[in-house]
Parts: sequence; C-alpha cells; structure tokens
Amino acid sequence: MAFISVFEVIGPNMVGPSSSHTAGAASIARLAWRMMNPKIKRVHFTLYGSFARTYQGHGTDRALLGGMMGFETDDVRIRDSFEIAEKEGIEFSFTANTTETDVHPNTVDMEIEDVTGRKMTVRGESVGGGKVRLTRIDGVKVLFTGEYHSLIVVHKDHPGVIANVTTILSKCHVNIAYLRVYRENKGGIAYMIIESDEEITLETVEAIEKNPFVKDTMLIRR
Amino acid sequence: MDFNTAEELLEICEKENKPISEIMRLREIIYGESDADTVDAKMKKSLEIMRNSVHKPLTEVVRSIGGMIGGEANKLEKRRVEGKSICGSVLTKALIYSQAVLEVNASMGVIVAAPTAGSAGVLPAVLFALQDEFDLSDETLLKGLFTAGAVGSLLMKNASVSGAEAGCQAEIGSAAAMAAAAATEMMGGSPEQCLDAASITISNMLGLVCDPIAGLVEMPCQTRNASGASNALTSAEIVLAGIKAAVPFTEMTAAMYRVGKELPYELRETALGGCAATPTGCALKCKIFGGCN
Repeated sequence: MAFISVFEVIGPNMVGPSSSHTAGAASIARLAWRMMNPKIKRVHFTLYGSFARTYQGHGTDRALLGGMMGFETDDVRIRDSFEIAEKEGIEFSFTANTTETDVHPNTVDMEIEDVTGRKMTVRGESVGGGKVRLTRIDGVKVLFTGEYHSLIVVHKDHPGVIANVTTILSKCHVNIAYLRVYRENKGGIAYMIIESDEEITLETVEAIEKNPFVKDTMLIRR
Repeated sequence: MDFNTAEELLEICEKENKPISEIMRLREIIYGESDADTVDAKMKKSLEIMRNSVHKPLTEVVRSIGGMIGGEANKLEKRRVEGKSICGSVLTKALIYSQAVLEVNASMGVIVAAPTAGSAGVLPAVLFALQDEFDLSDETLLKGLFTAGAVGSLLMKNASVSGAEAGCQAEIGSAAAMAAAAATEMMGGSPEQCLDAASITISNMLGLVCDPIAGLVEMPCQTRNASGASNALTSAEIVLAGIKAAVPFTEMTAAMYRVGKELPYELRETALGGCAATPTGCALKCKIFGGCN
C-alpha cells in the first residue's frame, strides 16, 4: 500500500470550496502549465461530467485559469483569475460538454498555446481529495501525476530510442523512479514519461535532444 | 514506524512508549522524505491557516459563491457573547468555529482540507474551542493535528474519506473521528482511548448520506460540520470518562466502508437524493443555476 503523507490527510491547503472541483482543477491546469512556457497566450477549456454541470458554483473555471497562470491551490489570486488573465492579455474560454459520458466524472480538456507558439492539448482528471492526473497529451493516452521530477520525451517509435535516453540519464546520475512509454501506433509518435528522484538538468535534456528520433522534450518545472 | 491498521499503530505506540502524535510525526520524517524542521514548519503553517479560517468570518463579511450560506458564525457568536447559549462554552465555541470555516471555504477563502474541504470545519473547531477554554499551547494543538492525521490515514487506507465514494459518514464522519482522537490525546487520553473515541464517533455517524443542495459545498455541509464537531467532543468525553468503545476502530472502519458501498448512487454526492432532492433543495438549485422548467 502506497505511503499516505500526513499532509495528504491534513491538507491540501487550498482556496475553497471543493478539493476535487477547485483545488484539483487548479492542480490539473498548473501541471499542464508546468509543461509549457510560463507565459500562456490562449487556452480553451472543455469540461466534462460533474465539472461541466457544477463548475460555476465551485469556482472550477477560476481555479483552472489560475492554475494556467501558475497559481498553487492556496493562492487567493484564484478568486480574481479572470480579471488577472484579462490584464495579462491571456485569451481564455470555456465549454461545458454534458453529452459525453465515457469520461471520468471530473475531466477537463485544455487546448493551450504559449507565447513561443507551442500548442498542446492535455486532458486532466481530478480524482478526489485534490489529487489529479493527466491522462492524454495531444490525443495520446498517458498517465502522469507530476509528483516527481519529470521529463516527457516526444519521439518516433523506433528501436534504440529508449536505450539511448536511459543511457544518457544513467550517465547523468539520474535514478529513474518510473518510466512509461505510450505511442499512437507502431512507428508513429511516442511519449516517454520519465519520473525521477533527482532533478533532471537542462544539459541532460540537451543531450537527449541530440537523438535524431527525438522530436520534442518537456521538462516539467516544480 | 509505518502502520496499516489501528492494532499496528497501538503496538508501535506501546513499544516506543510514545503518543500517536509523535509516532505519526516520526513516520512523516522517515518516510515522507523530509526532515523534522520541514515537517514541523509545514504543520505550523496548516495550524495558522486553520486559526485564520475559524476567526475570519467573525470580523469580516464573507459571501459564498452559491449564496446559500454566510453570517452563521456571527449569529452564534452574538448569542454566546450575550450569555444566552444553551450548549456550554466548549461546544458553543466549536459550533461557531465550524460554521466559520465553511463560510470561508464557500467564499473561495483559504482553508486546510481535513480530510476534505467539505469537512474542513470539524477539526479546527474542536482544536481551537479546546485551546480557548483550557489554555492549551500551540504545541498541544500541533500534536492534535498529527494524531488526527494518523486516524485519517487509517481511514483513507482501509476505507474512504470521499463523500462521492462512501457518503458523508466517510467525509464529515472521518473528520469527526480524527477530531475525537485529537481531542482525546490533547486532554490526556491514552493511544487506545484516542482510537476508541474515533471508533465511537464513526458508529455515531454511521450511514450519513452526502446530499449537497445544488451540488455545492454549502448546505447541509455547514451544519453537518457543527454536528461533526459536537460528535467528536461527545466521544472524547465518553472515553475520557473511562468508557470503552463497543467495537474496535479497525472493525468500525470496515463497517463504515461497507455501509458506504451499500449507499445508493443518489446519496453519494450526486445531488440527486436526500436534502438535494427535496422540493426546497430543487428550488434552490434552480435559483442558483437557472434553467428551471
């Protein structure tokens, strides 16, 4: 049985009113934000299930937008995130999808574009008590919680890429806690999610990027 | 130092000759990959957020998003100050504080989920009511938080603290069980008595359904937090008098989880049953979200 920290019981410290619909929403968006350039240009949120039906009463929309500006769950700026985003020139919109039922009850899709022009669509789920996970990146099914130091490597599904990446990590003294690989189809785009105990440095990432089959990397900020 | 059951926890307490709070604290330092200073500082921060949330609505008006609650703590405080309260000073304080935290929570203020946001009023209400009336130190309250955390972790591991999964008994019931154990230790009870108080609390709140009006964390959540706080104090008083729990904590936890699983979907935070499904509950939902037919 996984270790439950006392701060998972007495916590999280959060802006109310709901650990799943407010704190969880902020955490999902912040996790996606940590994968992009800190300055977001535009974002569109599609809410499903209970998120879609009750988001206004729980401040889910404000929490999502706050997370997309890097606000943590106990940041009181969440309350004013609409006004802050407008001032920052961030374009944002929300759609409630109440017809799709084949999703976790608290699901959101985020179509994000940052100031560098990078675009990404990420699906997140709030699974209770403020705990969250990302389950899709650009349509590919993944599973990612952001609790560790993490690196996402987008690469072509090709023999030797994983061996190359893990060799570089080992040379850089990074101990891999979890390694998961997801792919669209054989020989297509694959996502390698590396979670480690140690911080992964930019130099390590640059070494990985030299592999010709590596298309992109995303170092997840803490 | 880690434990999966109440029996294992009690065994460690006896072997180490330490209260539950200290075992939980040491466990966090060892397995939480942290050091003593970080753990203590984090818990102090939680206590400060709790302290602010029990007092804030007494000095400033906070408005809930749904508009169903606000001002309740102040009404109770007014009555207390006028000397009219029928509940005695500890319980009256606990009622006031529990209402205050839910007001802060519903207005998008900062609270500590303990174990959830909807049940966040119970534990701080009990801690600060006892501090006020018995001049307890902050150190004693911090011990209470660790003890509450130990009980909560057992409930998370072996049952659930989610209203969506097992009803309000799992959410405010768990918060009350945690607060009962905290109060028992803070007032001089043994580790066994702490878990007995938790067990009695769960048995007293067994079967409580989760039925938020309009699906919002406002009503009946707010008054249920008052009920949770009073249940916690009741159980602590019972065990401190030397009365044993009829059913051990581990068995009571399993019973609570089983009852939770047997609750129909409508009574597990879906806002389709209980208070939410009454004509008044439905009318409030229409008023808040519109789209009535």
